[in-house]
Amino acid sequence: MSAPIIEFKNVKKCFGETVIFSDFNFKVEENEIVSIIGPSGSGKSTLLRILMTLEGIDGGYINVAGESLWHMPWQGRYVPANSKHLHKMRNHLGMVFQHFNLFPHMTVKRNITEAPMRVKGVSRTEAEKFAEKLLRLVGLADKADSYPNDLSGGQKQRVGIARALAMKPSILLLDEITSALDPELVDEVLDVIRNLVKEESFTMLLVTHEMYFAREISDRVCFFDKGAIVEEGEPEAIFTQPREERTKAFLNAYIGQ
Amino acid sequence: MNGFHWDWAFTWEVLPMILSAAKVTLLATLLGSILAIVMGLVFALLRRSKSRTLCISTYWIVEFIRSTPLLVQIFFLYYVMPEFGVSMSPLATGVFALGLHYGAYLSEVFRSGIDGIEKGQWEAARALNLTIIDTYKDIVLPQAIRPMIPATGNYIIAMFKETPQLSAITLLEMLQMAKIIGSENFRYLEPFTLVGILYLVFSLLAAYGIHQVERRFPKEGFSLK
Ligand SMILES: Nc1ncnc2c1ncn2[C@@H]1O[C@H](COP(=O)(O)OP(=O)(O)O)[C@@H](O)[C@H]1O
Ligand SMILES: [Mg+2]
Repeated sequence: MSAPIIEFKNVKKCFGETVIFSDFNFKVEENEIVSIIGPSGSGKSTLLRILMTLEGIDGGYINVAGESLWHMPWQGRYVPANSKHLHKMRNHLGMVFQHFNLFPHMTVKRNITEAPMRVKGVSRTEAEKFAEKLLRLVGLADKADSYPNDLSGGQKQRVGIARALAMKPSILLLDEITSALDPELVDEVLDVIRNLVKEESFTMLLVTHEMYFAREISDRVCFFDKGAIVEEGEPEAIFTQPREERTKAFLNAYIGQ
Repeated sequence: MNGFHWDWAFTWEVLPMILSAAKVTLLATLLGSILAIVMGLVFALLRRSKSRTLCISTYWIVEFIRSTPLLVQIFFLYYVMPEFGVSMSPLATGVFALGLHYGAYLSEVFRSGIDGIEKGQWEAARALNLTIIDTYKDIVLPQAIRPMIPATGNYIIAMFKETPQLSAITLLEMLQMAKIIGSENFRYLEPFTLVGILYLVFSLLAAYGIHQVERRFPKEGFSLK
């Protein structure tokens, strides 16, 4: 088996006095789809945010695609990464946010082409061509010239997905991408992800509260609590025969709803 | 005393001189505003820099500029700097002093405007790997500008009304011109009244203009093509 594309080794993360991860170990294989479920405040977003370099770490190491994410080699040892290293590492990763975080002053098309043009130096023609392709993929070909504020939540999030894909990341991080949506809009967003993984292989790390979706799409489900993986395994196993009491309690609470 | 009767002939005679001095006033305000906006932005960005030294020294520079009188700064630049080999014309000195002084005030306006941009915008920009410069240029400033317009406009009008202080270093702006006309003709009523009226007219026009700019400015901000 090849080396994992993501690996956390003894990672420590604190917010001031609060310890989120004390000694966190975690691996994701290339092209694996991993769902992370668990109660709110357990550190799920923090995990994705650390990978997206939105949060630093206070100890341990993280490898992404064979290189250290938060450290870089310097004179034979590893030192904290500088912004150039982080810039390079970010090219592997893309993120879709719970609250979309679209750029409200730019058209949908410009939201999608901005980064490829600025960061990768792709020509406008080429960036726009790819944007149109992505918009067709997410079913919004007719919204290229609209502004985010004129879209529904579901449409906004589909733009969010297209925007992340425009940078061609090999690892996609999805943080509760349907949690801010009205229930009737959830499926149009999830369908985009369903189609996406059918057409192309991605390494995907998703935090979700849509249990049926996690069950159907994942290769592996991790149940998270208090900054640790309490239980993980194939979706069928986790959802039908959870071993840990905490997992059972969590899932029961969901089914009860 | 002949001051209390209004002399129309004298008024028409001195008006062109006052108007030509008004050009100097407006030029000083225009150049001063441009410099103040640039300096304000530089101060605001330095205050947000990751380096603590830069951040703290900028804080003290801004505090220093804001808590000393503009006139002292004007005199300092005009009379003291030449001793260090830097001498500038009255106009250049005036523009420099106004730009620096109001740049310090504007930096606070810009800072709070930038702080008003949601964290999610910064995070999206970082997740898309935009550089910090592109993040400011394309994402943050275009959205932050509209809320900054009213306060920036007020400071520019305030700057305009302080340009008479430049007469202290012999800049031939409106007030200085009125003083000269007055002392040469022994009539102060008409020149000073004209100056007052012109200040009123320009201030009102500027306030109206700024309001229009704000009103027409897209609510979400603008995007560079
Ligand atoms: N920037 C921050 N500063 C302080 N505490 C934070 C910050 N971000 C998250 N936390 C805390 O870290 C814990 C984990 O947060 P998070 O990863 O968002 O949990 P989850 O996504 O599982 O709900 C929570 O207790 C939260 O309050
Ligand atoms: Mg979360």
